[in-house]
Amino acid sequence: MKKPWYQVTAFYAFVIFVVVQAVFPFYYAIITSFKSGTALFEITYLPTTFSLQNYYDVLFKGNGTFLQNLWNSVWVASVTVVVALFIGTTAAYALSRVKFRGRGVLLMTILGVSMFPQVAVLAGLFEVIQGLGIYNTDWSLIFSYTIFTLPFTVWVLTTFMRDLPVELEEAAIVDGATPWVIVTKIFLPLMWPALVTTGLLAFIAAWNEYLFALTFTASNNAARTVPVGIALLSGSDSHEIPWGLIMAASVLVTVPLIVLVLIFQKKIIAGLTAGGVKG
Amino acid sequence: MANIQLKNVKKSFGAVNVIKGVDLDIRQGEFMVFVGPSGCGKSTLLRLVAGLEDITSGTLSFDGKVVNALPPSERGIAMVFQSYALYPHMTVYQNMAFGMKLAKSSPDEIDKRVRKAADMLQIGQYLDRLPKQLSGGQRQRVAIGRAIVRDPKVFLFDEPLSNLDAALRVATRLEIAKLHHAMGKTTMIYVTHDQVEAMTLADRICVLRDGLVEQVGTPLELYEKPANLFVAGFIGSPKMNFFNGNFADAYKAHTIGVRSEHMEFVSRGGWQGKVIHAEKMGSDTYSFVDVGSAEPVIIREIGTSRHDIDAKVAIAPVDGKVHRFNEQGKAI
Amino acid sequence: MSAIEPTPSDTPIRNQLVAGRVRSAWIFLTPMLVTLIIVAAWPLARSIWFSLTDASLLHYPEAKFIGLGNYYYSKTITMDSGATTTTMKGVLVDGAWWNAVWNTIRFGLVSVLLETLLGMAVALVLNAEFKGRGIVRAAILVPWAIPTVVSAKMWGWMLNDQLGIINDLLLRMHVISEKIAWAADANYSMIAIVAVDTWKTVPFMALLILAGLQQVPGDVYEAASIDGVHPIKVFWKITLPLIRPALMVAVIFRLLDALRIFDLVYILTPNSSQTKTMSVISRENMFDFDKLGYGSAESTLLFLVLLVMVTLYMKLGRVNFDGGVQ
Repeated sequence: MKKPWYQVTAFYAFVIFVVVQAVFPFYYAIITSFKSGTALFEITYLPTTFSLQNYYDVLFKGNGTFLQNLWNSVWVASVTVVVALFIGTTAAYALSRVKFRGRGVLLMTILGVSMFPQVAVLAGLFEVIQGLGIYNTDWSLIFSYTIFTLPFTVWVLTTFMRDLPVELEEAAIVDGATPWVIVTKIFLPLMWPALVTTGLLAFIAAWNEYLFALTFTASNNAARTVPVGIALLSGSDSHEIPWGLIMAASVLVTVPLIVLVLIFQKKIIAGLTAGGVKG
Repeated sequence: MANIQLKNVKKSFGAVNVIKGVDLDIRQGEFMVFVGPSGCGKSTLLRLVAGLEDITSGTLSFDGKVVNALPPSERGIAMVFQSYALYPHMTVYQNMAFGMKLAKSSPDEIDKRVRKAADMLQIGQYLDRLPKQLSGGQRQRVAIGRAIVRDPKVFLFDEPLSNLDAALRVATRLEIAKLHHAMGKTTMIYVTHDQVEAMTLADRICVLRDGLVEQVGTPLELYEKPANLFVAGFIGSPKMNFFNGNFADAYKAHTIGVRSEHMEFVSRGGWQGKVIHAEKMGSDTYSFVDVGSAEPVIIREIGTSRHDIDAKVAIAPVDGKVHRFNEQGKAI
Repeated sequence: MSAIEPTPSDTPIRNQLVAGRVRSAWIFLTPMLVTLIIVAAWPLARSIWFSLTDASLLHYPEAKFIGLGNYYYSKTITMDSGATTTTMKGVLVDGAWWNAVWNTIRFGLVSVLLETLLGMAVALVLNAEFKGRGIVRAAILVPWAIPTVVSAKMWGWMLNDQLGIINDLLLRMHVISEKIAWAADANYSMIAIVAVDTWKTVPFMALLILAGLQQVPGDVYEAASIDGVHPIKVFWKITLPLIRPALMVAVIFRLLDALRIFDLVYILTPNSSQTKTMSVISRENMFDFDKLGYGSAESTLLFLVLLVMVTLYMKLGRVNFDGGVQ
C-alpha cells in the first residue's frame, strides 16, 4: 500500500513546518544575541555577525547582577527540589502503599493544590513571608515555590511507586523491614529514575517561576532570580530596549534547560504524562 | 517446628467475604498444600498465616499461642513468592542476608547461614550476581535460599512454580520435595492451583472453594474417597466422569462418579454408546464415548485402543469403584 | 488446645503489621501536611480574610473587617434637597474587573481550542512511523523547555513593529501591507498573546494526546484497515472515542492553567487593558495600587472559579477516591 506522492509531500511539509516553528524563535534569539551595535537593526534570517559583546556585557557589566541572578536561580531551584523530594518521597510511600481512611480525599487535595492559581495565596504568602522576616531574600522563594513543587512531586512519585511490585514490599516485610527501611533500603534505590524525572520537572518549574519572584524579591537586586532579572534588564539608554542583551541572557538561561530536556527526553515525557493524565 | 491451628478464621475485604470460616490443623513438619480454583481464597489464607493480612475474625495459633497480632517477621515464617520478589538492586548474597542483617545478626553468623543455604541449593557461584543476571530457575532457587537463611519454623510458598516452564517446573518440584525431607521439622504450606503439584508434593492437601474448606486429607484419600462432587471433580486428571438420572438411580444415588481408569469396555450388558474421539498418548489411550449422559465418558486404556472412532461399544464401571453422591453433592 | 480460649474468636485482633503501617503512614505524611498547611492552606485562608478587610500593603496588620465591602457595597446618600444618589462599589461592579474576566475567558477558550486542535495534529503525526520522528519529538520539546519569561521576550523581539522578523516575513509574503505593532496595538495584542501561548503549549498538549493515542492497541487499526474503513472515518469512529477520556482531562488541565495566566501577559503586553487577565489585575491591585484587600477579593473570586473547574476535572478525570487516577 504505497501512499500517493502528494500525501507524502503534504505530510513531510507539515512535519518540517512543525519543526521549524518550534525551533525558529530560539534560533533567532541566538543569532540576535551575536549581533551588536547597528547589526541589530537589520533583519536577517541567517547569522551575519558573530560578536560576543552582548554576552560579555550581560555577564560582567552591571556589577555582575546577572551572575548573581543566575546563582540565585540555581540555588533556589535546587533547594526547592531537594526539599520537595525529601518530604515527597515518604508521603508518596504512605499514599501509594498504605491503605488508610482519608487517603482518597488527601490525594484529591494534593492534586487540587497543584492546580491552584498562585495569585490566590499571594496576599497571605506576603504576610507570612513578612512575618518570617524573609521578604526580599532567596528563602522567600524557596518557601513559596514549595506550594507547587511539593504537590507535584508527591503526585508523580505516588504514581511511580504504585507501579512497584507489591510482592517486593511483602518480601521485605517478611524479612522484618519497617516502613522506613522499606522506603530507604528497597524503594529509593529502585526509584532513582523517577526521582531524577520528578526532580528535573520540579527544577524547571522553579527555574521558570515569575509571579512569586517578582512579588517577593523584585526590590532586592541580590535576591532576584533570572526570570525577574531578564524582565528588568535595561540598557545604558533607558529609552531603548537592549534586545541584544536580553537575547544573550535568554540564551544563557535557556541552553542548560534545553540540554537537560533533550538528554532526559523520554523520562520527562513519562513524568509529564504521569503528572497530568493517566487514563 | 510448629503446629498451626486455624479456628473459624474469616477474612473480608470491605463487604466481600473471602475466607468464610476455616478450621484447620497443620501438624509440625507437615507439607500442607492449599489447592483450589482461582478466587477460592487459597492465597489469602496463606497471607493470613504469613501475617501479611489482618484476620477479620477467628484465631490463628502457632504451637497453641495465638499469633493474630504478630507481624510476619515475628512469626518465624519465611515466604517464597510467585514472582520471586528478589530485591533487584542487591546481589544474591545481599538478598539472602537482608533479613538477618535487619535482625542484627553477627556478620559471621550471617555469612555461615548464607553459604550453607547457597551450598544446599547449589547457587554458591552466583552469590555476587544481581537477580537480573540469573535465569528464572536460578532466581527461584535464590528466593528459596533467602527463605532458608531465615531458618523458619514455617515455610510458605505462594505458587512458586507458576512462572517456570514445564520442564523446569518438574525439576524444581523435585527440589522442593527434597528440601522438605532435608528440613524435616519445618512445617511447609504451599499454595497452588495445579492439582498435579498438590498430589506430588503434599503430605496432606486442603481443597478450598469460595473461602471454605471442602476436604482435607492425604493425596490418596482425596483421590480415593472424595468427600463431595467438587473434590471428586477437582482432583484427578482427566476429570472424573459423572452421571445423573437413570445411570445414577441404578446405584441409588443422585449422582455417581467413575474415574476414567475405572471404566471398561464390556462385551455384554453395560451402557451402549459410540466412540466419538480418542486421545492416543502412547502409554495410554483416552477414548471418549457418548452414552447419552451429559458429557462424553472418558475411558482410559493401557497402551493403544482397539476401538475405532464411530465404533458402537458397550462400557461399564468396574465393580466397587463407583463414587456415589446425594442431592447435596456429598459422598454417600 | 487450652481449656480457656485466649480471646473470644469473634473479636478481631488487629495485626501489628497493619496497625503499624497505618501509624507509619501518618508519620510519613506529617512533614508534607505541615508544609502544605504553612505554604498553602494558611496563606489561602489569610488571603480570603484580607478580601474581607480594608488591608493595604503597609498597614495590613491593622486591617479592619469590612464584610463583603470589597466585593459589593452600595451607599445611598440623601442630599439636603431630599434627592438620593446611590453609589455602588466593589469588584462585582468594577468594569475593569469584568474586562479582565472577559479577557481571561476569551484567552482561555481560544488558546485551549487552538492548542487542542494543533496538539492533536502534531500528536497524530508523532504517532505515525516515519524517518526522523525522534528529531521531531525532540524539536517540539524546545518551546516547552523555554522559560515563559524568555519566550515572552523572544516573541516580543520577533513581534516588534519596526525591527521584528514577523512583520518582515509577513510583508514579504504579502499577508500584511504595513508593519503592525503586535504587542502594543490594542487590536492585535490579544492575538499576540494567544499565538505565543499556543506556540509554547502545543508540545505539552501533543505529548499528552500522544500518550493517549499510544494506548490504543494497534490491532484495532489493523482490523479497520482490513475492513477497508476510510482513515478519516477511522479517526472519528475509533481513535477519537478511544482517546476521549485522556483528551478531556488534558483540555481541562490546560484550561485551568490558561485561566491563571500571568507572566506572558505581564511581560509581553504590560498595561494593556485588552489583555489584562484576572491574575494580572488582582496582583496589580494588591501590589501596585496598594489595595491588598481589594486585590485579594479578586484573587479569591479567581480561586472560586478554578475550584469549580478542579472539581469538574476530578469528575471527568475519573479520579478514583482510593487510588488516585486509574
